[in-house]
Amino acid sequence: MTTLLEVEDLRVEFLTDAGPARPAVNGVDLRLGAGETLALLGESGSGKSVTSRALMGLVDFPGVVRGSIRFDGTELVDAPDRTLRRVRGTGIGMVFQDSLDSLNPVYTVGAQLTEALQVRMGMTRADARSRSVELLEAVGIVDAEQRVDAYPHQFSGGMRQRVCIAMAVALRPRLLIADEPTTALDVTVQAGILRLLRGLTEDTGMAMVFVTHDLAVAKQVAERVMVMFDGRAVEEGSIGNVFAAPSHPYTRRLLSAHPGRARHWRDLTKGEARDDDGEETHRAG
Amino acid sequence: MWTFLRRRLLTSGISLVGVVVVVFFLARITGSPASLYLPESATQEQIDQFNRLNGLDDPVLVQFWNFLVGAVRLDFGDSIWQRRPALEVALSAMPPTLSLAGIALALSIVIALVAGSVAALFRFRGPDRVISVTTLTISSIPDFWFALVGILVLAVNLRVLPTSGYATPEAWILPTATLMLAPVGVLTQVVRGAMIDALGAGFVQNARARGYGRVRLVARHALRNAALPIVSVAGDRAAGMVNGSIIVGSVFAFPGIGTVILGAVLNRDFSVIQASVFVVGVGVILVNIVVDAVYALIDPRVRLGAGRSS
Repeated sequence: MTTLLEVEDLRVEFLTDAGPARPAVNGVDLRLGAGETLALLGESGSGKSVTSRALMGLVDFPGVVRGSIRFDGTELVDAPDRTLRRVRGTGIGMVFQDSLDSLNPVYTVGAQLTEALQVRMGMTRADARSRSVELLEAVGIVDAEQRVDAYPHQFSGGMRQRVCIAMAVALRPRLLIADEPTTALDVTVQAGILRLLRGLTEDTGMAMVFVTHDLAVAKQVAERVMVMFDGRAVEEGSIGNVFAAPSHPYTRRLLSAHPGRARHWRDLTKGEARDDDGEETHRAG
Repeated sequence: MWTFLRRRLLTSGISLVGVVVVVFFLARITGSPASLYLPESATQEQIDQFNRLNGLDDPVLVQFWNFLVGAVRLDFGDSIWQRRPALEVALSAMPPTLSLAGIALALSIVIALVAGSVAALFRFRGPDRVISVTTLTISSIPDFWFALVGILVLAVNLRVLPTSGYATPEAWILPTATLMLAPVGVLTQVVRGAMIDALGAGFVQNARARGYGRVRLVARHALRNAALPIVSVAGDRAAGMVNGSIIVGSVFAFPGIGTVILGAVLNRDFSVIQASVFVVGVGVILVNIVVDAVYALIDPRVRLGAGRSS
């Protein structure tokens, strides 16, 4: 498998008036092959979202990024704006958590899709428009022909996230970064979005970094998982191995925090945890 | 949309009537026109005759009734001072006022858009600090002080601009600058704040993640979303231009509604005061309706009625 993304010793700090704060990301190494899916797992504040933003060069002043991020051979840390703009969208696509906030409220969904296709893929207006309808159909929007002229606020949360996914895959990125794309959605809608993302990665051979705090979600989309804690990658490996035999104490605590098949709160207070297959894995310390 | 417009016109109409009524009584507190227009030696007979001629001999409530009956037909009576219909006096003063206010507001908006956007892009850094301090200083200068110092320095000492008038383009410079003082500062701060919000919004970050350039991000994606607060404040400032026009009218002898109102108050020309207040009131209502229409034009959530908004 060829290496698509290679991150070495990634550090992100946010400068404050009192000097640099504690680093949000503190020496993360990451390697991702073409077509591979990696789940970036961690609690709030573990640095997973900042890592994903750093991959896109979206960390702004007062944030400072150090280390190395090589995408397809191109170094992105401290790269000129032109290089970053070329990689963004067509090289690396991104789907954010808040789908309402991710779409411009004053333009129709179709206008935003066609804009992306025209500006970044050099399509003509007419081509871009028919391609937009196809894309909306592909992500499971019914009546795409009509819905293309609707505004973001006229879609439900799940449908909006599908539109965001359509917008990201429209530019045929080789890597998709999904930053908690299902966190704001309810469980039934979430399952549909996860199936869609899985299907898209399988069909297009697109690699994916899936950021989440949810073990069950990570398991549904990825083969490989990297667990982050306090800005560091504490554990990495195939999902099966990591979940079955967590080596780092934090991963163990994280897994035990998951209710699994507990039927009653009393099951939880005993500190026992089971993974989704019902196997008893360990006792929390 | 039509129900909205109807409701809007109704509530605006009620406030307009309220203002005109209050002004009717306030004007009469200033004193009797007779004591101003007739010489001090005038006999009681002459005073009575003057009052009868100008309809000022009736009890105040009867005068008020006559005024209301006339006002419904847009007849505010004749100006005591100028001997022509009061409404005509007020309306004839509007073109210069509207031109001056329009130019001042348009320039303020353009400057504020550029300065505010630059400040937002360089938030908390050098350019932002310079722009914020400068615009806040400018908007803190009292307009009457600026007008007088402007005349002293540019017209009297340096002799580059005329002290008053409005026939030549140079004569418009100081009045325009005086009217711009307050709006430029406030609007720049509003643009800066709205642009910072819009640039930090998820959809701009998302657009950036699609590889768009900075100009596209600012001009197409951020600006239109930042426009709503800018439009409301600009509308508010447009209404506030009436106050500025009184300063400009008195200091620069710039003809306009400000000069007319000032003159009418000093001359106890009740019908002109009432007609002017009415004309200005209608103007403010129109500005507000235009602001609402622009809202609907800019934001589909206003136009289509949003279930949810961000």
